[in-house]
Amino acid sequence: MTLLRVRDLSKQFVIRGQGGLLARKASFTAVDQVSFDVALGETLAIVGESGSGKSTTARIAARLLDPTSGSVEFEGEDISRATGKDLARFRNDVQVVFQDPFSSLNPRYTVERIVTAPLTYQGIAPKGGRRAFTRELMERVGLNPDHSQRYPAQFSGGQAQRIGIARALAVNPKLVICDEAVSALDVSIQAQVIKLLMRLQRESGFSYIFIAHDLAVVRQLSHRVAVMSKGRIVELGSRDQVFGEPRDEYTKTLLAAVPRINPEWDRRRRLSKGRS
Amino acid sequence: MTRYVIGRLGGVVVILLAVCLFTYLIFFKLSPDPAVMICGKTCTPDRIDSIRDVLGLNQPLLTQFWEFLRGIVAGRDYGTVHCSAPCLGYSFQTNESVWNMLTTRLPVSITVAVGAAVLWLLAGVAGGLISAIKQGTWWDRSAMALALTGVSVPNYVLALVLQYVLVVKLQVLPFPAAPAFADNPVLWFESYLMPWTVLAVGYACLYARLTRANVIDTLAENFLRTARAKGLSRPLILRRHALRPALTPITTIFGMDFAGLLGGALITETVFGLNGIGKLAADSIAKNDQPVIMAVTLLAAFFVVVGNVVVDLVYTALDPRVRVTSS
Amino acid sequence: MTDELFVVEDLTVTLPTSRGPVDVVKDVSFTVGRDDTLGIVGESGSGKSMTALAVLGLLPPGARTSGSVRLDGRELLGQSEGELRSVRGNAISMVFQDPLSSLNPYYTVGLQIEEGYRAHRGGSKRAARQVAIEAMERVRIPDAARRVDDYPHQFSGGQRQRIMIAMALCCSPSLLIADEPTTALDVTVQAQILELLAELQTQTGTGLIFITHDLAVISSIARRVLVMCAGDPVEYGTAEQVFSDPRHEYTRTLLDAVPRIDDEVML
Ligand SMILES: Nc1ncnc2c1ncn2[C@@H]1O[C@H](COP(=O)(O)OP(=O)(O)OP(=O)(O)O)[C@@H](O)[C@H]1O
Ligand SMILES: Nc1ncnc2c1ncn2[C@@H]1O[C@H](COP(=O)(O)OP(=O)(O)OP(=O)(O)O)[C@@H](O)[C@H]1O
Ligand SMILES: [Mg+2]
Ligand SMILES: [Mg+2]
Repeated sequence: MTLLRVRDLSKQFVIRGQGGLLARKASFTAVDQVSFDVALGETLAIVGESGSGKSTTARIAARLLDPTSGSVEFEGEDISRATGKDLARFRNDVQVVFQDPFSSLNPRYTVERIVTAPLTYQGIAPKGGRRAFTRELMERVGLNPDHSQRYPAQFSGGQAQRIGIARALAVNPKLVICDEAVSALDVSIQAQVIKLLMRLQRESGFSYIFIAHDLAVVRQLSHRVAVMSKGRIVELGSRDQVFGEPRDEYTKTLLAAVPRINPEWDRRRRLSKGRS
Repeated sequence: MTRYVIGRLGGVVVILLAVCLFTYLIFFKLSPDPAVMICGKTCTPDRIDSIRDVLGLNQPLLTQFWEFLRGIVAGRDYGTVHCSAPCLGYSFQTNESVWNMLTTRLPVSITVAVGAAVLWLLAGVAGGLISAIKQGTWWDRSAMALALTGVSVPNYVLALVLQYVLVVKLQVLPFPAAPAFADNPVLWFESYLMPWTVLAVGYACLYARLTRANVIDTLAENFLRTARAKGLSRPLILRRHALRPALTPITTIFGMDFAGLLGGALITETVFGLNGIGKLAADSIAKNDQPVIMAVTLLAAFFVVVGNVVVDLVYTALDPRVRVTSS
Repeated sequence: MTDELFVVEDLTVTLPTSRGPVDVVKDVSFTVGRDDTLGIVGESGSGKSMTALAVLGLLPPGARTSGSVRLDGRELLGQSEGELRSVRGNAISMVFQDPLSSLNPYYTVGLQIEEGYRAHRGGSKRAARQVAIEAMERVRIPDAARRVDDYPHQFSGGQRQRIMIAMALCCSPSLLIADEPTTALDVTVQAQILELLAELQTQTGTGLIFITHDLAVISSIARRVLVMCAGDPVEYGTAEQVFSDPRHEYTRTLLDAVPRIDDEVML
């Protein structure tokens, strides 16, 4: 079943034209005729060039930004027309983990308040109380639960990112948009968070839009992959197709540029492990 | 952008119309019959009738309201008397044109508001800034304690104390009289000094606390760390990177406070006997002079509503993030 | 000794918390030579960023440090703000981890690049602006001449990250500390930026401290690697040694957990 349906989405930003203040306004097309679907329980990865419009697409899909043209449907309803109760439900069902963690966390709130705020707005009291609820969530994303009364500034970049993840998961959403959500995590914590995301998908049927530059991670958890370049989706296909038989030139360049650990060192390490 | 401004101005007109209607209903319909009031002691039913006729009080309510609005835009006639363009009627008490009353008193209120605003901005922002920079020091603590007291002292108490001490006891200042600036600049300044101060103290204390809180929050921002990492000098960091983000939200509050004051500082003007809009309001309410009440209410509403729009536009200009960027 | 540009000895950073002081960096030591690259990797929250901030005296209020940090033999730890000012952004530049919150939303990126340059090199506004445009072109911001006058929120995450890099490079520092400078870049742009840094190093002999979670990047650019875990430096050695024969269990776990593009997939 299709959960999110994006059709012909375009976004133009007004930019200053050349020639000072009085110059005619020009516009820059950040997202250009983008269409895709996200099915229930599916992970769609969006990869691509820096500045190709991935975050902009994500923000429009979450209705944090209005498109210039095109439509976004969530569960069959046009989200641009949702108001009142419907909009509140949409805001709950679709959660975003933002690319820049610190800017998306209120510096004056403690972790506990940040994580439980969406529940508080809805008047839901988490079972077991706020404290226990927050502690459990923090533990799941690999944070020390004793730090639930700390403020965002008292965390490291990767820890702040996990607070964002915990906040998104707190309300039991249907779709989580992860914009570079695991980029600041070390590989072990990253693996833990990815496992958590995948388990939630299996158990509760979460769908994900997973924006990332780490193609190895994308390959681990995506069902389908969209490749963006200069505002357009240049390739969209199943994971195995995109990674196995990429059709587009840009996709091929991208895959070829993936840095690898020196294979010789890797081999020697594996050998030495066998010995010790 | 132009479209946005036009849209906002349309909103202003609608709100002002609503305020008009509302005040009109309250003051003309729910209060005692104006004809009886104007008529005074030596009254006959005949006279009341003719007054009602001249004022148009016998017509249906909506017609009356319409006449009132038309009077503001195009002027109107009361019997044989013509009341020209921005016509707000005549005072029941003095028979003066209400519009004239407003225009003669508005300069006083503006003088009071502008002077006070300059004072409280200077004192409040500077005080708050210094407190924030010296956070936790002796200076900070005493300044903030003072600010807390200052906020809670009522205006009229301060006014009476100042007046008693400076005018009556020490005689360093004349009794406020609102002379024209051109006639005697020194006397003008001396007369307004006390009203300005009295009005400014409360605001200054409030603004000092706001400024301090905002600057402290800004100093903890990551971008301030970046500014330090670049090796910028401390004054430049404070002036450029801390002050603008900290003060931008304050401009919004300032705009609203200032707009509110333009509509008259009731207590201060009354206590110091300054003939401004505030005193006019107080007098007209005391005497139930309906056209004047109506006019001062409208004027205050006008300043607040227009102030609101101006504040939004200024904020948009100051904060790049809210500038309209999408087509 | 000539190539020991930068020396850190027994650096300890203590931060105040509501439950008393906590050592977030414990006895960290390393050296960086001219035209040399040190990679710092490790657990999220292990004190990598705090180590970097301690070098420039930019720790959060109330932090205490001990040990020694020397650039060209000059002690930096415990110096006054005034003395550090001439070092910051000039001899030592830093690229911060979270670009959006590290840029002032009220000013154009052009101004924010220019002001650092002018603080140390002086010169006219116009000259500085030219420097800013060139710096943005070097980090491959499209249409740089127009975009200097844009505000941070008008850029993509990866573009902001590159602006931070441009800012750090414009005074040609002797030491560049880059805290996760390429996490928001796609692999092709990342390769270009790494190349740019390498070029700069050979030209000006800049020492580079590169903090990242991307072990593949570290393996390709770093000569030496420091691995941190919970504030402790658990392993320090040449890249080859750390990657091919890790001594510490944590390093091994870390290297084993690296997802590889050609791994078996779970899904
Ligand atoms: N408010 C804005 N005004 C003008 N241009 C903008 C604005 N926001 C984004 N852009 C431009 O739109 C393009 C797409 O930005 P977006 O943030 O969607 O990229 P992205 O794919 O997420 O890149 P990254 O991987 O670097 O985060 C970029 O070139 C950016 O400069
Ligand atoms: N202001 C603060 N007060 C108290 N503790 C803090 C403060 N800032 C950071 N910490 C703690 O210090 C530790 C080290 O933080 P640091 O930012 O150096 O980690 P990091 O290695 O850079 O991690 P990441 O890879 O996630 O960015 C973290 O555990 C963090 O919780
Ligand atoms: Mg992005
Ligand atoms: Mg960090």
